[in-house]
Amino acid sequence: MRHIFVTILVALSFSAFAAVDARLINQLAAEDSDEIIVAIQKIVRSADPAAANILQSLADGNLNGPDGQPITVNNRVRREIDGGLAVLKLFDPSAVVRMKSVKEISTNVDASMAPMLRKALEQEAEPKVKALLSEVYALASLKDPDKAVRLAAVTALATSADPNNKSVLLEMTKPANESEVTVRMAAFQSYLQVKQRQTTAENVGRVFSGLSLASILLLAAMGLAITYGVMGVINMAHGELLMIGAYATFGVQSLFRAYFPAQIDWYVPVAIPVAFLVAAAVGVVLERTVIRWLYGRPLETLLATWGLSLILIQAARVIFGAQNVELANPVWMTGGVEIMPGIVLPLNRIFIIGFSLFVLTLVWVLMNKTRLGMFVRAVTQNRGMAGCVGVPTARIDTVAFALGAGIAGLGGVALSQIANVGPDMGQGYIVDSFMVVVLGGVGQLAGAVWAALGLGVATKFIEAGAGAVVAKILVLVFIIIFIQKRPQGLFALKGRFVES
Amino acid sequence: MHRRNFIQATAISIALATAGLSSLPAVAADTIKVGILHSLSGTMAISETALKETALMTIDEINKAGGVLGKKLEPVVVDPASNWPLFAEKARGLLSQDKVAVVFGCWTSVSRKSVNPVFKELNGLLFYPVQYEGEELEKNVFYTGAAPNQQAIPATEYLMSKDGGSAKRFVLLGTDYVYPRTTNKILRAFLKSKGVAETDIMEEYTPFGHSDYQTIIAKIKKFAAEGKKTAVISTINGDSNVPFYKELGNAGLKATDVPVVAFSVGEEELRGVDTKPLLGHLASWNYFMSLKNGENDKFIKMYKDWAVKQKLPNADKVVTNDPMEATYIGIHMWKQAVEKAKTTEVDKVIAAMGGQTFKAPSGFVAKMDEKNHHLHKPVFIGEVKADGQFNVVWKTKGPVKAAPWSPYIAGNDKKKDEPEMATK
Repeated sequence: MRHIFVTILVALSFSAFAAVDARLINQLAAEDSDEIIVAIQKIVRSADPAAANILQSLADGNLNGPDGQPITVNNRVRREIDGGLAVLKLFDPSAVVRMKSVKEISTNVDASMAPMLRKALEQEAEPKVKALLSEVYALASLKDPDKAVRLAAVTALATSADPNNKSVLLEMTKPANESEVTVRMAAFQSYLQVKQRQTTAENVGRVFSGLSLASILLLAAMGLAITYGVMGVINMAHGELLMIGAYATFGVQSLFRAYFPAQIDWYVPVAIPVAFLVAAAVGVVLERTVIRWLYGRPLETLLATWGLSLILIQAARVIFGAQNVELANPVWMTGGVEIMPGIVLPLNRIFIIGFSLFVLTLVWVLMNKTRLGMFVRAVTQNRGMAGCVGVPTARIDTVAFALGAGIAGLGGVALSQIANVGPDMGQGYIVDSFMVVVLGGVGQLAGAVWAALGLGVATKFIEAGAGAVVAKILVLVFIIIFIQKRPQGLFALKGRFVES
Repeated sequence: MHRRNFIQATAISIALATAGLSSLPAVAADTIKVGILHSLSGTMAISETALKETALMTIDEINKAGGVLGKKLEPVVVDPASNWPLFAEKARGLLSQDKVAVVFGCWTSVSRKSVNPVFKELNGLLFYPVQYEGEELEKNVFYTGAAPNQQAIPATEYLMSKDGGSAKRFVLLGTDYVYPRTTNKILRAFLKSKGVAETDIMEEYTPFGHSDYQTIIAKIKKFAAEGKKTAVISTINGDSNVPFYKELGNAGLKATDVPVVAFSVGEEELRGVDTKPLLGHLASWNYFMSLKNGENDKFIKMYKDWAVKQKLPNADKVVTNDPMEATYIGIHMWKQAVEKAKTTEVDKVIAAMGGQTFKAPSGFVAKMDEKNHHLHKPVFIGEVKADGQFNVVWKTKGPVKAAPWSPYIAGNDKKKDEPEMATK
């Protein structure tokens, strides 16, 4: 039975390749890339129904050469295969496939493709594919001998958003490349339009990456906004609470790998409550054992929590090893969405922006709409008075600190998806977190949000011009100057502090 | 931040040192101590931990075969924690307290520069196993990794060749320290000599441990869209590579459009990354795990067995890479030199090192140059495959002699191809 099945398979695969000359297939295994490319071009030109299959299996490394070993290809050959496949699939019944192949062709157009593209353009019904296709056709006909065709082509490219077309159009404005002055003028017009669109796209991209950085800063700093901002505890171990959240995520991932490998993509949602609880539990222990005895003594708190941070780092090193642990992004968080040509928003960053909004809402509701939040605010504003009217201040301190720690844990979940998870990962965030809280104004959640947004977007815009190293320096200099002019931060809390 | 790091690292190291002193075994006269100086924590641990394991494995192999001069080797492992001043401190400890005969260690050039004066002062012996920028020739150091002409220059030539994509524009991207800066200086001069215009080169640096590569990727995309074929040459070091490659994959920058060739990324660094979107990106090394030959099969098997025996994390998935091979070659060559000199005395071993040969896992015979303290090594360029291994797409016909003083830096033509042997 199995035998028959195998025979049929062999026959099928044979018949699939039969139409294409076997010599051509052998040529695909050649040493020299030039020969392979010639073979690919011949196979594509044969327009054989099997051609796409052959090229696909060559690209996937599934095609065996005459020696029985899979043929390996390099980038140059792979580009040729991709181009060939795109040409073969240009008339595919599925619009999605056609769209993909037009996109592929757009990266590598030459004048010889013009007739084929025109044929495709005439047949195309889908408006989206048609729009891109006419753009690609315009690219291919830029060198057409007829000046009317060239003029039409450069005019058509004006609506293009593809940044690559900018330089193509710029070339067309040079007398050396284009003899006709009207075409040159039209090309320049189109060039200006494309450039304008590209600048817009760039700024959109920068604002997005600024938002993404802001959301990370906010997640890192929100816990601190509660422990430092509201309670006045200078918690140098805050970064380590982020680290604990990230390691909790790693723990959940390991459990999923061991027990539910099929559901591995859903470990992140499960890790969210786990990380919150683990970090909050550590927070309770820290508060009960060390920090509670040091309220109102900021310098001692600073030293003690710094010591705690060292202990936590070393503990992580002992338990998980000194090396970074590997956290895989779930499939639904890999890749990106292309909102316009050249601007791809990575899914993991979109997720983190959404997640930080979620955490922000959660904290806001907790602090402003619940009894617990009211107590915390009461203790912050006047501890003695709050105690007098029956607020259990000691317990509120513990709960508030645990809340801050738990939110740091949530920040850890987000960080684990984009940064490296290792024992000393928290150290890189402690300075940023304090920066956000101090800039925003102590005791204010809204201040932290605005500070994170401002720092995030400003950093990204400076980075784009001056590079990452200089951006970091400039931001720090700005904060120093700002704090000198306005020591209370962006938003000052109006209230009567008993401690101060 | 840095000061905190430093204070903290010092505190830990003091704690470790005291713990180490009390538990130190009685010094046996019939062993030779060798130091292993690799970061086991911090940003460089991703790369250097495997080198410590390779060194321990090789020492174990030599001991099983009877040791050196009839004595067993005794490894002394210290952790300089990716902290450059701590490297010098730890090196001093190894040489003056532990009295090791030789040290195998360092990855980043900044750590090597930090220990060089110590080795010079105490006349120690260091084997440095990583590709680097050249511009250095210390009497007390043997360089078993590649010099620029054994890695960076061939890789750039490949990118400019037809098969490499005939790149005309280059992004030089690196971590901000001496190795990337010097390498890029050499590459810039090299590209200029090949007729690449100043405006077609973009240079970018990020700090150690940088994890947000959105802006960089956006810049590369913009640069690549200005016409002409673009390639990226990456000298990013340490764990920053993981977020860099993740971002690269997520942003959809494919190797067929803009190939990225890396000089500090091998099989080990790619272990934590989903390599499917990275298909076709390149690395240039003197060894790849995917090379097929008897020596390599033996080397890989030895390391896999070692990982299982030592219960390393993910022992079933361990990989070998170029600096591991260089470590392996270095330790064996040192052993051969000691046996030739019949002593572990540093000056005599240095004299005996010149001309040593070793059948390396790369499949070629690596030879220590008679004079310039560098190996003659073959060069391979590989493309990343979906499984995180490399597919060799270009290689030199045979081993290449190292040129530590790159001819592309002005004034180097006058420098001698051997270390100054002037005695103090």
